[in-house]
Amino acid sequence: MKPKFGVVVFPGSNCDYDAYYAMKKVLGYDAEFLWHKDKDLKNSDVIILPGGFSYGDYLRTGAIARFSPIMDSVYSFAEKGGIVMGICNGFQILLEIGLLPGVMLQNVSLKFVCKDVYLRIENNNTIFTKDISKKTIKVPVKHGEGNYFADEGTIKSLEENSQILFRYSSNEGEVAEVYNPNGASKNIAGIMNKRQNVMGLMPHPENACDPVLRKTDGALIFKSVVQSLF
Amino acid sequence: MKEPEVNLQLAFEHGLTEEEYGWICQRLGRTPTFTELGIFSVMWSEHCSYKNSIALLKTLPRSGGRLLVSAGEENAGLVDIGDGLAIAFKIESHNHPSAVEPYQGAATGVGGILRDIFTMGARPIASLNSLRFGTLDDARTRYLFEGVVKGIGDYGNCFGVPTVAGEVYFDECYKGNPLVNAMSIGLVDTKYVASATAKGKGNPVMIVGSATGRDGIHGATFASEEISEKSEAKRPSVQVGDPFTEKLLLEATLEIIKQGLIVGIQDMGAAGISCSTSEMSAKGESGMIIDLNKVPLREHGMSAYEIMLSESQERMLVVAKKGYEDKVKEIFEKWDLNCEIIGEVIDEEKLVINYQGEKKAEINPQELALGGNAPVYIRDTAEPKYLAETRNFDPGKLPEPDSIIDVLEKIISSPNIASKKWVYEQYDSMVRTNTIVGPGSDAAVIYIKETNKALAAKTDCNGRYVYLDPKEGTKIAVAESARNVVCSGGIPLAITNCLNFGNPYKPEMYWTFKKAIEGMGEACRFFNTPVTGGNVSFYNESPDTSVYPTPVIGMVGLIENLENITTAEFKDEEDLIYVLGEDYEEIGGSEYLKTIHGLVTGVPPRLDLQTEKDLHSLLLELINEQIICSAHDVSEGGILTALAECCLINPEKMIGAKVNIHIKTREDFTFFSESQSKIIVSIEPENKEKFEEIASRSFTPFQFLGVTGGSRLIVNDQDDFSLNHLADLYYNSISKRMTHAIGG
Repeated sequence: MKPKFGVVVFPGSNCDYDAYYAMKKVLGYDAEFLWHKDKDLKNSDVIILPGGFSYGDYLRTGAIARFSPIMDSVYSFAEKGGIVMGICNGFQILLEIGLLPGVMLQNVSLKFVCKDVYLRIENNNTIFTKDISKKTIKVPVKHGEGNYFADEGTIKSLEENSQILFRYSSNEGEVAEVYNPNGASKNIAGIMNKRQNVMGLMPHPENACDPVLRKTDGALIFKSVVQSLF
Repeated sequence: MKEPEVNLQLAFEHGLTEEEYGWICQRLGRTPTFTELGIFSVMWSEHCSYKNSIALLKTLPRSGGRLLVSAGEENAGLVDIGDGLAIAFKIESHNHPSAVEPYQGAATGVGGILRDIFTMGARPIASLNSLRFGTLDDARTRYLFEGVVKGIGDYGNCFGVPTVAGEVYFDECYKGNPLVNAMSIGLVDTKYVASATAKGKGNPVMIVGSATGRDGIHGATFASEEISEKSEAKRPSVQVGDPFTEKLLLEATLEIIKQGLIVGIQDMGAAGISCSTSEMSAKGESGMIIDLNKVPLREHGMSAYEIMLSESQERMLVVAKKGYEDKVKEIFEKWDLNCEIIGEVIDEEKLVINYQGEKKAEINPQELALGGNAPVYIRDTAEPKYLAETRNFDPGKLPEPDSIIDVLEKIISSPNIASKKWVYEQYDSMVRTNTIVGPGSDAAVIYIKETNKALAAKTDCNGRYVYLDPKEGTKIAVAESARNVVCSGGIPLAITNCLNFGNPYKPEMYWTFKKAIEGMGEACRFFNTPVTGGNVSFYNESPDTSVYPTPVIGMVGLIENLENITTAEFKDEEDLIYVLGEDYEEIGGSEYLKTIHGLVTGVPPRLDLQTEKDLHSLLLELINEQIICSAHDVSEGGILTALAECCLINPEKMIGAKVNIHIKTREDFTFFSESQSKIIVSIEPENKEKFEEIASRSFTPFQFLGVTGGSRLIVNDQDDFSLNHLADLYYNSISKRMTHAIGG
């Protein structure tokens, strides 16, 4: 049986189709859109909260989206151990609803940034990274508020529990400020919860799956997740 | 509120001439009401009526090629790309709003062009732009530049369309009057194309999207006059953009079109309800009765005049099929948008506007609409006096530079040549996962999903060339955009244009406009790339100066095989480098002349259309044979700059080169000449014979330049450049000017 990805559609999501396309047409999984006003997760195995500007994000990013009817269902799904992947705006929503710790600040440049970055795999013994044999992967970032911040205690606890999944780095895996596109604490690009079933990631792996676009490292994350399902 | 008395004086204040006011009275057979005067003034403004340009625009090739819908018939032309798909694309200016309020001016420029595209049923798949500013040593210019880039980025990024290509130039002449031209490309299934028409008695007329406020009243009129000290006070004429609402409007609009619920739809841009009601009626040879009481308003106490002229963004006018209005409402409700029936279609050709129990206007829509009976003028022309002087410029008297290394470093650092990374990293260039080649190469390449095809697109115009020779300069703009498409592996399909000129009532200005149109027509006919539509922006003048005439060309080409996608950067060590085409040491109007000698003068490069076309055929044949590793056209900065770019364009894998360039008369002239119809290519050594055999059969001369490799660019065994150093200049020149200047 094909694994099924449920892609939540908020009114201002704009990477919803990208995630859907990558799952269904590029990687050959099953995928379905989940409308934000509904509550039904349609038997999805994995929920993707996609990138975009869920409600225009004129307030704080993700601050309104967390109150959508669908988010109640996503929250209980995660509480029961269901796999939830928040990408970019989706990460911001997971922070707002409290499934992941920390907050997103504006990029230190105060500018939106769109470019390819390298991510060093910090923990390859998770359902999100198991299938990645490389030290680093190349995926794009594109956001105005991707500057991950948490207090010292939280960062320490993330580190101690190996909850940090990805850090911005060089191609060779060197983590340094020069590779940090947004000023994130400790170059953090992606984290997961303690239970290891909810991931938040600022970069966009769904934009790096299709060989036609000459970038495929993003697929490794989704393939890892699917491996863990069977 | 008491309405002012309508008379000639009030007509003047609305930007109408005495003659035009006379025509209004004559055609109505009475003095217009205040609301009617407002409607006529915006509809007959340059911005809506194209009154001073339409006669000349009609001389451009507007059909043929793969065109399904010609320019002017709809909001944007439609080009067939096979597989039941078509693309709609158009470019439009938002210069005046951006000059006083850069962020919102640019943002709403993007919003407006996106609506033009999705109102046809096409989903926007790529945005491009073309920008001109003063020089970056000026603090206000930096403010405008920063605001415009952020405005373009924020709107497109939130809406969810990738901004994939563009151009930015800096010159003193744009200081008071920057140019902000936004282009959008949409993809549509030919079964679901919508039309901007109103037909069928009794069909409901609906307004959808945002509520109507007092923003942007007389925006169209503001765009139709020169910028002056008073312009700052016109800031309220600039609209405010809401990309989130636009995204909702896009989804809802595409749904109602796809479900076949409507007769016609038009976006509301300039002149708001006035323009959409009259143009849709005129196109359908029908009329409408509109009740303004039904229009959702943002503010209390708005008059009929204000509602008709409001340019509030993110609105559309829909003519639904009778009986389907509830279904339309349901869809807009799903997306949390307003949707109100405000009137109905009638058979008589009259537009009746009622408000608060009174008839406020009754006009034959044909009198208002472009293509109907709106005024049409051809203005006087006179050749500009400065041309006598610039043509007589003798480059032979220029001092020769001491160091070619120094010259190239200066040119590579010039913001006109330097990488625009600072700009395009602020744009989401990847959303929708179609971007195969993003900003920074010759043309952007956009994948058409579930086919083996892609689009190549680019905007181009060298305003200096057009200033020095309007006809030749415009031919070059068309040729260069086509060359960029060809360098990416595409066949040029069609163009859209944005004609940025000064005041049309000045004969010298009108002469340049006329010559530019002649040049464009000639080139487009030759390349079989018809004009799908576009936009004219006159009055680009500020108290100090008038901008260079800047007819921006937006070219779209088709790549029929994904294997043919080609990019500019050298790919590997020890590849062979050739130049296709011939050089004539043309230095007039060049970046070299400007950056090194501080001059904008001389005769710009000549363009021979047949030579250009032969070059395209040759390169496309070589690409088809899969023997081209990289292709990059020689343009501003000449062959040395182009070679440096080939080395630098992929910062992750910079590859040097050792080349020998034959000097005709002077080193500086040969290295920095901007002769047209030249392309630098690289090939793998084993394809040498095949390459030379194909190239020898063509009409295009070619020359072996050298070999790639190493981390330096070495020219004629004497000029030796470190790529790391050049890359620092190339990639950081603009950001340094933007950050170091803070407080300056």
